[in-house]
Amino acid sequence: MALLEVNSLSIDYRTSRGVIHAVEDISFSMGKNDMLGLAGESGSGKSTLGLSLLRLVPYPGVIADGQIMIGGRNILSLSEEEMRRLRGKDVAYIFQDPMTSLNPVKRIGAHFVELITNHEPSTKKVHAIERAKKILDSLGIQSERLNDYPHQFSGGMRQRIMIGLAIALNPILVVADEPTTALDVIVQAKILDLLESLQKSYGLAVILISHDLSIILERCSSIVVMYAGHMVEYASSKELYRSPLHPYTQGLLKSIPNIELEDQKLSSIPGSPPDMLTLPKGCRFRTRCSRAGEKCQSKAPALIEVGNKHFVRCHEYVEEGVRNE
Amino acid sequence: MNEHKTKRSILASIVPNFKSLARKGPSGWMVIFGLSIVLALVMMTALGPFVAPNDPNRTNSALITLPPSPQFPMGTNHLGQDMLSRILVGGSLMLQVSALSVLICFAVGVPLGLFSSYVGGIPDRLVSLVVDAVYAFPGLVIAIAVAAMLGPGAINMALSISVVYIPSYFRIIRSQVLTIKELSYVEAAKAIGAKWYTILSRYIFPNVIPSIVVVMTVNFADAILTAAGLTFLGLGVTYDIPDWGWDLTNGKQYIASGSWWIIMFPGLMIILLALGFTLVGEGLSEMLNPKLQK
Repeated sequence: MALLEVNSLSIDYRTSRGVIHAVEDISFSMGKNDMLGLAGESGSGKSTLGLSLLRLVPYPGVIADGQIMIGGRNILSLSEEEMRRLRGKDVAYIFQDPMTSLNPVKRIGAHFVELITNHEPSTKKVHAIERAKKILDSLGIQSERLNDYPHQFSGGMRQRIMIGLAIALNPILVVADEPTTALDVIVQAKILDLLESLQKSYGLAVILISHDLSIILERCSSIVVMYAGHMVEYASSKELYRSPLHPYTQGLLKSIPNIELEDQKLSSIPGSPPDMLTLPKGCRFRTRCSRAGEKCQSKAPALIEVGNKHFVRCHEYVEEGVRNE
Repeated sequence: MNEHKTKRSILASIVPNFKSLARKGPSGWMVIFGLSIVLALVMMTALGPFVAPNDPNRTNSALITLPPSPQFPMGTNHLGQDMLSRILVGGSLMLQVSALSVLICFAVGVPLGLFSSYVGGIPDRLVSLVVDAVYAFPGLVIAIAVAAMLGPGAINMALSISVVYIPSYFRIIRSQVLTIKELSYVEAAKAIGAKWYTILSRYIFPNVIPSIVVVMTVNFADAILTAAGLTFLGLGVTYDIPDWGWDLTNGKQYIASGSWWIIMFPGLMIILLALGFTLVGEGLSEMLNPKLQK
């Protein structure tokens, strides 16, 4: 049984200027020990989707439709109190900016104690501290530093602490929302290594949200590519790397520098993502797509499976991978 | 490590530690100087009844409006009362009233600001509207209206001053909470399943404390001036309690005849006390505001 199953999920932001469909009709599933990548540009709905797994979509966002099954339970039908108990314990979230994600007036130890005693009221403070020390040790941070304040740590250390807080209660699912965006490349690699090793040793399911497709390709077993709230492609990493189908994914892959090619020109995708309030008719990507035809202007493509669990949302393809032209 | 030191001295400025305050430079000295003035005046008022050379209330028609002399270092007033004795004793009401009003303001303004801005939406709009309406009036006018309604007395004075200053607390706290509640660590607290009151008390409130401390000291200084204003206008206390504000009221009639000492000494004391608190407030605000730190 899948550990996380998202079925035709739609999330709307009901703003005063109109309804924004930030996430529309998204379905995917992942099992234990899986690492799923969520790739897309800013504003494509990645973080909204991530936050919806904790039901923390910020106001005025509402989950308009669909189902989120975590461990067999539909979290959309849980009460607010049941949801609160699930947050941090079953599903943990790692935020993008480690510099502001820790309470500046609380010591690191207090963060752990609060998390642990909040979900396990019977645990004594000393025991919580003991557990926190073990976690810090496993993250490569000296356990005496529990008594330090967040500002005494570097960005990479703070992100490690955030990861420690996320795994402290042995969750089944960890959502890492651009965990390395605020960090430099060396620290980035270390943090991702740490995340991957923890994922393996604890058997976690990890959703890695990133705008950097190369990170996701390297670390994740399967990938969801999002564009303007739509899932445009969903496949395993290998499959996606070998044969990207959607023009957007192809563009993304072409924009990653390759160390083996000597004289390579990096291409970029022209234009910018559409305004979510005034989406183009038909395919959402057609304004930037070099291969857009007449059909793309009139009709939005549906998500189809082209075989081998490879899904794509583009008129160029029909089911089972036969070219349409 | 420098940041670490800053943190320490912020704590030290809340629990005074003169040594580390002095190391903070000019703002530290401001706090030390202000605190010394306030403490000296508080001690003076506390010891006043024991050291006053004369009964501050005893009138003597033979000794009216005498200029300062060795026998009466600060002269006497129009009732022949010894001004030095009145100065030594007369601060207690003012101190009580301002302390009480700061307490009331704190007890009402802080929770109101925290809850209203955290809840947000229509309740917050309503509370803000009412508070802003109060804020729109000149402070003394409201204080006078409330004091006239409640009648004289220390507690009533404190209440009328509180009405003036609660909006300041509310507005400062609200603006801070509105920023803090959008910060990532508050969102992170939600994501680990913290209860709403935990978020409010452990994540938001401690981060607002620095601004509250500053508003409190400024509020203290202002309360003294408002209290003096109220007694000056006869809305404070009755004549049998020696009070700097009351002396100021009566002294003003005698300036024309050249009896400057009746009004000067109580006026100086009020200025000194207000100055003390203002110095503490300004020093603290400079110290606690990370943007003003080197």
